[in-house]
Amino acid sequence: MTDQVVISAEGLTKHFDEIQAVQEVSFQVKKGEVFGFLGHNGAGKTTTVRLLNGLLKPTRGSCKVWGLSPIHDGPALRSMTGVLPETPSLEERLTGRENLAYYADLYGVREQDIDARIRQLMEQFGILDRADDLVKEYSKGMIQRLALARALLHTPPLLFLDEPTSGLDPVSSRQVRTLITQLSQEGHTVFLCTHNLREAQQLCHRVAVLYQGRLVALGTPEELSERVQHQARLEVEVEQSDQAKTASLLGAKGYDYMIEEGGSTFDIRGVGRTSTPSLVKDLTADGVNIYKVSPQEPDLEDIYFALHETLEEKV
Amino acid sequence: MNLRAMKAIVRKDIRIVRRSKGVMIPLIVVPLIFFILIPLLVSLAPSLINMPGLSLTEFDTFLQRMPGDLQSTIEPYAEDQKIIVMMVVYFFAPMFLIVPLMVSSVIAADSFAGEKERKTIEALLYTPTTDGELFLSKVFSAWLPALIVSLAGFVIYGVTANAAGWRTMGELFFPNWMWVVMVLWVAPAVAGLGLGTMVLVSSRVESFQEANQLGGVIVLPIVALVIGQASGVMYFSTRLVLLLGAVLWVVDGVLLWFGIRVFERERMITGL
Repeated sequence: MTDQVVISAEGLTKHFDEIQAVQEVSFQVKKGEVFGFLGHNGAGKTTTVRLLNGLLKPTRGSCKVWGLSPIHDGPALRSMTGVLPETPSLEERLTGRENLAYYADLYGVREQDIDARIRQLMEQFGILDRADDLVKEYSKGMIQRLALARALLHTPPLLFLDEPTSGLDPVSSRQVRTLITQLSQEGHTVFLCTHNLREAQQLCHRVAVLYQGRLVALGTPEELSERVQHQARLEVEVEQSDQAKTASLLGAKGYDYMIEEGGSTFDIRGVGRTSTPSLVKDLTADGVNIYKVSPQEPDLEDIYFALHETLEEKV
Repeated sequence: MNLRAMKAIVRKDIRIVRRSKGVMIPLIVVPLIFFILIPLLVSLAPSLINMPGLSLTEFDTFLQRMPGDLQSTIEPYAEDQKIIVMMVVYFFAPMFLIVPLMVSSVIAADSFAGEKERKTIEALLYTPTTDGELFLSKVFSAWLPALIVSLAGFVIYGVTANAAGWRTMGELFFPNWMWVVMVLWVAPAVAGLGLGTMVLVSSRVESFQEANQLGGVIVLPIVALVIGQASGVMYFSTRLVLLLGAVLWVVDGVLLWFGIRVFERERMITGL
């Protein structure tokens, strides 16, 4: 990842009559970054992708992609982006190979390279043996893989992927996640719209959370986890005979805890990674024998739902 | 203009049409009826007139309702030849225009509304083509096949009519200048009328069927021409056909102007 800004949005707003699809959204995406765009259905993710590619004109605000204006430099900008839309958008009456050849012409892939490029991508996505079958005979997973291959046809430096693992089996999903990591390492920038929070946590350098068209959180998964630190837990397994001593110490220090079945494991709430060493030091100083310490950090899913709960309460 | 991309869109649209039974059946059946069946039947008309219950008197009555110019044009022919010339050359001329109209409107419905229905338009809109290139490609996808079918149909119609009518006519009687003008000047304009109407209709509907049903009303001006000629109000002279073509090209220009405004990425994508 470098400091070169690939996407910048400033107060980006889009209204459709009464519907406020995107409201005052501002963010930047850097070259080589995998940027996660999280939100429920209708949160404004797809509208933002369409605005960034010049398919929609913003009601207010502005955005630049590779320094180009999506509205004024749409064709030049779109030649540098590859998009996997929400619906695969493939012609069912064409074969897989014909679909890719068609888009290779539209994206200006060099004519002498088309056959080899199509073959390479179809092989990579495991659909080469079905290349000459009509797409209407493909399974959902194969269609999704073909749509991904189409997004990569012209080797775009910026990819917009809307739910890329939707409909894929676990093996193909892992293959796509590996591909995204690999693309990022090669310097490609990936704008990942997803509901799959574990996937976002695994892949994204930074994530933005969209709620009813507004950007409500932006940062690395670690930075966001700080916002819900009260949800962190620490599991400590002590010697059975030290249970009373441990309970007394934790009570005296004001910790909120539960003793799990069996009586030797304490589930201590509100203790994040950073507070773990001091707590362990206190326990060992009082002669508690500790067998196991495992911090349970809030993951992106906790962060996401915590943010949404807070916002729902406000609404 | 990105000609390579435009050619790819035209090629793809035509390939898609060729693989759709629902689109291909009317595109094959209607021209077969108009270009082969009708001239064959008409050329058999003189034999039918000799059947009991039918006489040339009825035809004469029909002929007397026709404009004087037309009557004098076919005057040199014998009675049984008049039927063939009247029907093949004049009466079916406006009906011939149904073919380019139908071909262009059916393909345009599949190309514009059909692409929305199949949800394939979104990926197309994300490509580096401009709105103008997309629009023109879609226009050519519907217009070029209509021209090709019209020209081929004209040749087939002429060969069938001359061959089937040879025994009665004893000479090549088709085409005349009016037909040449109609095929080269009016048929392309009629094809433009069909697709221009369908572009506007397609922007407001969600499916190929819906577009076809709504756009079907465009055939009414052709029906009016057929009735107008059958009732003797006017006939397809070279001058009238030239004028008709000019009017249609103006209408096409207006439809194209509106079409370009309708065919905008934002409108297309928000219609999904």
